[in-house]
Amino acid sequence: MNHEPAPRKLKISILRFNPQERESVPRMVTYELEEAEGMTLFMALNEIREKQEPSLQFDFVCRAGICGSCGMIINGRPALACRTLTKDLAPEISLAPLPVFELIADLSVDTGKWMRGMSERLEAWLHMKEQEADLSRLEERMEPELAEKIYELDRCIECGCCIAGCGTVRMRENFVGAVGLNKIARFRLDPRDRRTDEDYFELIGDDDGVFGCLSLLGCHDVCPKDLPLATQIAFLRRKMVTIGWK
Amino acid sequence: MNIIYTDVLVIGGGLAGLRIAVGAKRRGHDAIILSLVPPKRSHSAAAQGGMQASLANVIHGQGDNEDVHFEDTVRGSDWGADQHVVRMFVDTAPKAVRELAAWGVPWSRVRKGDREVIINGQKVTITERDEAHGLIAQRAFGGTNKWRTCYVSDGTGHAMLYTMSDQAIAHQIPVHERTEAIALIHDGSRCYGAVVRHLVTGQLIAYVARATAIASGGAGRLYRVTTNAVISEGIPTAIALETGVAALGNMEAVQFHPTPAFPPGILLTEGARGDGGLLRDVDGHRFMPDYEPEKKELASRDVVSRRMEEHIARGKGAKSRFGEHLWLDITLLGEHHIKHNLREVYEICHYFLGVDAVKEWIPVRPAQHYTMGGVRTNHTGESPTLKGLFAAGEAACWDMHGFNRLGGNSVAETVVAGMIVGECIADFCERAENAGDIPTRLIEEALRCEQAKIDALIDGRGTEDAAALMAEMQTIMTTKVGIFRTGQVLEEAVHELQQLFVRSRNIGLRYKARGANPELVTAYRVQKMLKLALCVAYGAYTRTESRGAHFREDFPRRNDAEWLNRTLATWQSESDTLPALTYEHLDVMQMELPPGWRGYGARDHIDHPDTARRVAEIEALKQRCNSADRFALQAMLMSYAHLLPERFRGRNERIDEMVEEHATLGAR
Repeated sequence: MNHEPAPRKLKISILRFNPQERESVPRMVTYELEEAEGMTLFMALNEIREKQEPSLQFDFVCRAGICGSCGMIINGRPALACRTLTKDLAPEISLAPLPVFELIADLSVDTGKWMRGMSERLEAWLHMKEQEADLSRLEERMEPELAEKIYELDRCIECGCCIAGCGTVRMRENFVGAVGLNKIARFRLDPRDRRTDEDYFELIGDDDGVFGCLSLLGCHDVCPKDLPLATQIAFLRRKMVTIGWK
Repeated sequence: MNIIYTDVLVIGGGLAGLRIAVGAKRRGHDAIILSLVPPKRSHSAAAQGGMQASLANVIHGQGDNEDVHFEDTVRGSDWGADQHVVRMFVDTAPKAVRELAAWGVPWSRVRKGDREVIINGQKVTITERDEAHGLIAQRAFGGTNKWRTCYVSDGTGHAMLYTMSDQAIAHQIPVHERTEAIALIHDGSRCYGAVVRHLVTGQLIAYVARATAIASGGAGRLYRVTTNAVISEGIPTAIALETGVAALGNMEAVQFHPTPAFPPGILLTEGARGDGGLLRDVDGHRFMPDYEPEKKELASRDVVSRRMEEHIARGKGAKSRFGEHLWLDITLLGEHHIKHNLREVYEICHYFLGVDAVKEWIPVRPAQHYTMGGVRTNHTGESPTLKGLFAAGEAACWDMHGFNRLGGNSVAETVVAGMIVGECIADFCERAENAGDIPTRLIEEALRCEQAKIDALIDGRGTEDAAALMAEMQTIMTTKVGIFRTGQVLEEAVHELQQLFVRSRNIGLRYKARGANPELVTAYRVQKMLKLALCVAYGAYTRTESRGAHFREDFPRRNDAEWLNRTLATWQSESDTLPALTYEHLDVMQMELPPGWRGYGARDHIDHPDTARRVAEIEALKQRCNSADRFALQAMLMSYAHLLPERFRGRNERIDEMVEEHATLGAR
């Protein structure tokens, strides 16, 4: 009774390349290791680095699916590596860095630079009506349902999966992507932001913004937080069209 | 030579660091933030549950105010906290929540009328007031007398961090990502910035600043089993220690959270218990009321974690192939509540455990969670011994948590300390005597010295494996410097850590690249982390009492007569293998709340000789001034308002405590 099956041998193939090293060329390298109970790609990659390949580069921070650091292409699909259990995959696994973002090395890409650039272009912060709130007074009221709706869109973790899954961004380098449009949708919903639809039109009313989207829905399919990206983009497009007609 | 000049150098891009930079920038000073990762990836994002601030909007928060928050925090700290700092904190926390509300955080709001909640395992209907409708809501957390924890659904830290980070972008504050401070530049009395390694290119750069602030979070990764992010290794805390001048306070005070998921150690928020979740044992029995009849599952974290381990030791743990654990039962909260207010818990259970938290119990066991200790600062956030060095948030020992921090007080501290220390840093930069020249030779020397250390690691002939040393250290800390401690085992731990520390001077690398090199990073970090581990273990060995999260089985009582003090650790010389420990006395006669029973946990402490005298003094004062309002009475007991930056001095308005126009003048 209770014979435990022998652990599987995993073969993890990783697209390796370090642009910092002159002799480095892009190549697939396969590492073999024994699967452990409850093993995630976070555990597997760390084991490879500690025991087999000390130069292997990848990014993890929270390892709990909340910080968005570990987006990568897992078996051809953008996803968060930390919360991917190896038992849910076949024993041959392929890993590659997210495309579009600047490659640092191996599975590590510079999402931070891309996201900051996008935030600056879209002015993706709350534009307050008054510069200084009186912090001693009761806070401004907000309907509980509205606060929940704003939080629903505020849940984006800037992991970059939507950008990696986007067709438009391959053709238009400056496309702001679902992550950018979702941010505009979030601030647009927030009555504390003083901006109007005319202001938002200035930011996203072109082909690098909401009119560039081809509705391929890749972003929507791969978002690890299940944000309603396609719905938000469609809604924004309708709103921006009315401004454009004026 | 590669030098970058700025007014304020902030090490760490989490909530505390971002708020310091914003504060300095608003006062006209340039700030640069150094961050290992994009700032929105910081560990602040992991604070799921909420932020304590006595807004008193919800019906179970009615009657809450600064006084109640103050008492809860001091009791939680087991009287280890600096009570002046706690007062500054509880006074500023409501302002911090309201500032974040103005900046965009979508705080969950009160809905007027009836709603069903679970309290003490029972369904209860509570009625929220009409006048509270639309104000910021609060939930229950451990160790609090009122519902005080403001929250954003289940993603409080995330929402706060994103709002704060967005404001830093709005203020055009540069964040230098993937950079790591590896040494402070100082002359033994004044800090001038840091030597920084770029993690992609490997280049060393001197960042020279008038003021340097460490806001890098905790050092949970000293332990094998921790809820902390992989970047929470405490390196900036270690470089402060390595100055030999700045001291670390109370490093032995380490918090273990009761309910990380077992076995991965991923945090499941205290909100799960605050909202009515129960702890159960192998028989399905709810055991906490047997140990803690008053607070049950919602005693402070140190107490709940110890009771859980005690219960497992009595053979009541559920067994699994990874070891024993207990159960967290939130099924009674219902599907809607779990999938909306505790969605993060639901997702973690789903992805990492394969457990459906709506229907099944969740395996949990205590794990390292929070570093109460850190860089010792005074109330302005500045090191009392190294001028120009500041610290804030988990990296600091300010010291508002003493020997145990309450849930919801850490994320609150990050922002509150960021606000206060940001102002104090701006004041510091504006004082003429701090504008002086920065000696170039000092900078050159610091760069040269750090380059030599890295060269030695890359080119040396060492034989020790850095990752193996790290793993050994983490295992020693988890097995020997954990929840239950004894002198003999701690002595072993100190000895073994010293041996590892000596071995760490002989690390050899398999991968020799000078640019991005994870093995090199592990090598220089483990050398620094071992110093921190020794501060924790040696501090724990030396402190022969139990206080808050520091529990000695061989000295189970809190001993105010001998140990009402703060441990200060310094690292005197590179050839040492132990820190030098001194103790900073806490003065009972200055305390607003003299030591006593916490209201939960053990009752048999040893009193300080001054305690009875101070209690009588306070009693007499209260008798004499029984007509004074709470503010006047508080001011007579322990004045603190003068310590706060002027712009944060106004009284906090509440539904039941509306502020007259003239009383808010100080807020401007």
